[in-house]
Amino acid sequence: MSDILEILLNANFWAAALRIATPLIFGVIGALVCERAGVLNLGIEGIFTAGAMAGWMAVWLGTGLWGGVLVAALAGGFFGLIHAILTVPLGLSQHVSGIGVTLFATSLSYFIYRTALPDVSSPPRIEAFKPLDIPGLSDLPFIGPALFQQTPLTFLALAIVAVTAFVLYRTPLGLAIRAVGDNPSAVESQGLSVYALRMGTVIAGSALMALGGAFLTMSAFDAFFFGMVNGRGWICIALTVFASWRPGKALIGALLFGAFDAFQVRLQTEVGSFIPGQVFLMMPYILSIAALILVARKADYPRALLVPYFRGQR
Amino acid sequence: MPALTSRDHGSRHRELQDFAERPAMTKTSPDAAVVLKLDGITKRFGALTANGDVSLSLRKGEILALLGENGAGKTTLMNILFGHYVADEGTVEVLTEDGSLTELDPGSPHAALNAGIGMVHQHFTLAENLTALENILLGTEPLLALKSGRARARERLSDLMTGSGLIVDLDARISTLSVGEKQRVEILKALYRNARVLVLDEPTAVLTPQESDTLFATLKKLAADGLGIIFISHKLDEVIAASHRVAVLRGGRKVADQPTEGCDKRQLAELMVGKTVPESTRDSQVPGAARLILSSVTTGAGRDALHSVDLELLSGEILGIAGVSGNGQGTLAKVISGLLPPSSGTIALDGEVLTSADARRMIDTGIARIPEDRHKDGIVGPMSVAENLAIETIRKPQNQRFGFLRFEAIARRAKDAIVAYDIRCQGDKAPARLLSGGNIQKIVLARTLDASPSVVLAAQPSRGLDVGATSDVHRRLLEARARGAGVILISEDLDELLRLSDRIAVMHRGNLSQPDKTETLDRATLGLRMAGQSKEQAA
Ligand SMILES: Nc1ncnc2c1ncn2[C@@H]1O[C@H](COP(=O)(O)OP(=O)(O)OP(=O)(O)O)[C@@H](O)[C@H]1O
Ligand SMILES: [Mg+2]
Repeated sequence: MSDILEILLNANFWAAALRIATPLIFGVIGALVCERAGVLNLGIEGIFTAGAMAGWMAVWLGTGLWGGVLVAALAGGFFGLIHAILTVPLGLSQHVSGIGVTLFATSLSYFIYRTALPDVSSPPRIEAFKPLDIPGLSDLPFIGPALFQQTPLTFLALAIVAVTAFVLYRTPLGLAIRAVGDNPSAVESQGLSVYALRMGTVIAGSALMALGGAFLTMSAFDAFFFGMVNGRGWICIALTVFASWRPGKALIGALLFGAFDAFQVRLQTEVGSFIPGQVFLMMPYILSIAALILVARKADYPRALLVPYFRGQR
Repeated sequence: MPALTSRDHGSRHRELQDFAERPAMTKTSPDAAVVLKLDGITKRFGALTANGDVSLSLRKGEILALLGENGAGKTTLMNILFGHYVADEGTVEVLTEDGSLTELDPGSPHAALNAGIGMVHQHFTLAENLTALENILLGTEPLLALKSGRARARERLSDLMTGSGLIVDLDARISTLSVGEKQRVEILKALYRNARVLVLDEPTAVLTPQESDTLFATLKKLAADGLGIIFISHKLDEVIAASHRVAVLRGGRKVADQPTEGCDKRQLAELMVGKTVPESTRDSQVPGAARLILSSVTTGAGRDALHSVDLELLSGEILGIAGVSGNGQGTLAKVISGLLPPSSGTIALDGEVLTSADARRMIDTGIARIPEDRHKDGIVGPMSVAENLAIETIRKPQNQRFGFLRFEAIARRAKDAIVAYDIRCQGDKAPARLLSGGNIQKIVLARTLDASPSVVLAAQPSRGLDVGATSDVHRRLLEARARGAGVILISEDLDELLRLSDRIAVMHRGNLSQPDKTETLDRATLGLRMAGQSKEQAA
């Protein structure tokens, strides 16, 4: 028991939790805004991969780190555009289109990587983001050391949560996004374009998802390798429901998942001798499913989620 | 209607009296500038011409009633005006600031709103997860603005609300508002945008008589302030009471456009349908034995709960249930249809106990239902007319053999029903969602009544239906009664209740009164008892 307490009171543990949570924060916020506008984006897993690959390759080609972040976002926006065209004006099944985008974006990323680097055996490395030392913040007890170990992308993720919450709840644009996910006719009868709103939101949301991928290759690691996204996108889809489509709760959900994950790694070293390691690997996923069951039954879905809108049709 | 005898009646009573006895308003159109002009509008959906060469104009301060059968093309015409649909031919012109008529961009609600056209749709267009204020503000501010000017909006709205009498709680989520309140939000949306023309598509279809009365008082005030108003309605009384001019559409074409002055109900009905509408009347008939018996049924929670409801339905009678909607009628209908089990009490049909029966068993034992929301609960929109007609008897041998559907038999019976019930559609294969409300109701009627049920549960069966379809519904219900079925008629329309029912019970806050013979009741007493006064107080 005291072992567990020791883990929880360690600043390094919280630093790891925040690091693990960062890509999820980007992803869940991206998924959340898409769904707030009424579009489920299952392209997320592939968009993570595309963002990871594109960002890394841009840096490798010499754009600089922030240039890489921009390229990753553009790549995400591109796949978002594909999903948006298929699901919004064409009104195709959001599930089918999303899975298609995931397959397409993943294989295209691998293809480009392999074509550009046909003969390498160990992935080439880039100079990744360094931890950011913000004077004052790092001196705070307990939180300081946890924050001190984070790179600028983590701070960007936290800022994006705040900005998203502000846009959604305080600005006319956010109002329109929330309305279009609930009742598109309400939006059209107030003179706004349902298509433009939904497509714009899906593109922006997808760009955010790609930043989650970029964090993996530019911050958590310094190289791109196959299978590195490893289901993080799907976790974000579950976290969106867990968060009831609210940015603040989404942040909490991502942090909880990060904490579970960091906790299982540490627990594994403590008691790993008599429990198989796979049990610990399962733990964050099982705990998320359990959390989902508790929360999602009461979830207040955006009413127009998954429902395509066609103008002039009854 | 008897005159008011005492002053201490409830205010609702006075409103109800006002509704019938209000002195006629000036029934001539104001001699003001034309604010809106539709010219030669034609709109086709495939082979169907929904609007054929319709021209219409509206003056400042004028109230125009647009009449027509279900499917005559009223909503289509208004949707073209508002830019939801693009007309195949014809133009819409609006008065601009400089006093000239300018053509409106077709197919753009944005342009229509900017030109001062406000519309309250037949089905509300409100985002339920937002507050009233947010719905009103939606689309009125530049999308990329960093701030929303709520304080200023609130100030303007509170002026508008006091000026027009349309009071709503601006911070209430739409999902918590009543139908009447939602409608006020819709009208405020238009007024907030400085509408000069207000279109209301069947605004009173879902309102109680009291709410309708308040609405028309507001509309008259707004018209007196210079707003041009078009409203669509199937209720001829209110058309005659509230409009300056009536225009009638039949089969997509305009067949009349005349001052309301001098019009009577019969004449308007004939204009709409093209022939005289028979008015069904109930002939006297001695009811038989008890069929459906509910004893102390209690269930549900909140406003819509039932508290120890007793009900005895005889064979060969129509039992009316009056009440402002939302007082438990919905729950009562659910219980009788087997969708909600009573938490205590019993239900029996012809002696057979059905207390915990599910919907399938209820249908099989002969309880036919005409649901209140016919679009949602009465049909499966994307499925064909034929499939919708067969859906409740799909397991019967006439529809399936060895688990396979008998498509030919289903289609044949559908074609018969289409003729017998005069269902206007593009054939038995047309998706049901494309039909107009009246014709959807006819599908429901054909399906439920063809099985010769022993009990018919009809919830708001003529809501939103035109005079012709309403008279069809009434005739079918009376036929079922003559055949010996027991009919439960849940309705807010007092005239309908008084005309059709043998006995009427009143529902208020989940309590059902003992039924009274219709002969002993009148509109005023019923209105009072619907508002919650006891029998003694109301008498
Ligand atoms: N989007 C559409 N696609 C195909 N047909 C349509 C469409 N909209 C309307 N119609 C058809 O056009 C005709 C006119 O419909 P409309 O809704 O204008 O009737 P309405 O006069 O408003 O009837 P109601 O009184 O029932 O509201 C109907 O036959 C309807 O089935
Ligand atoms: Mg209509």
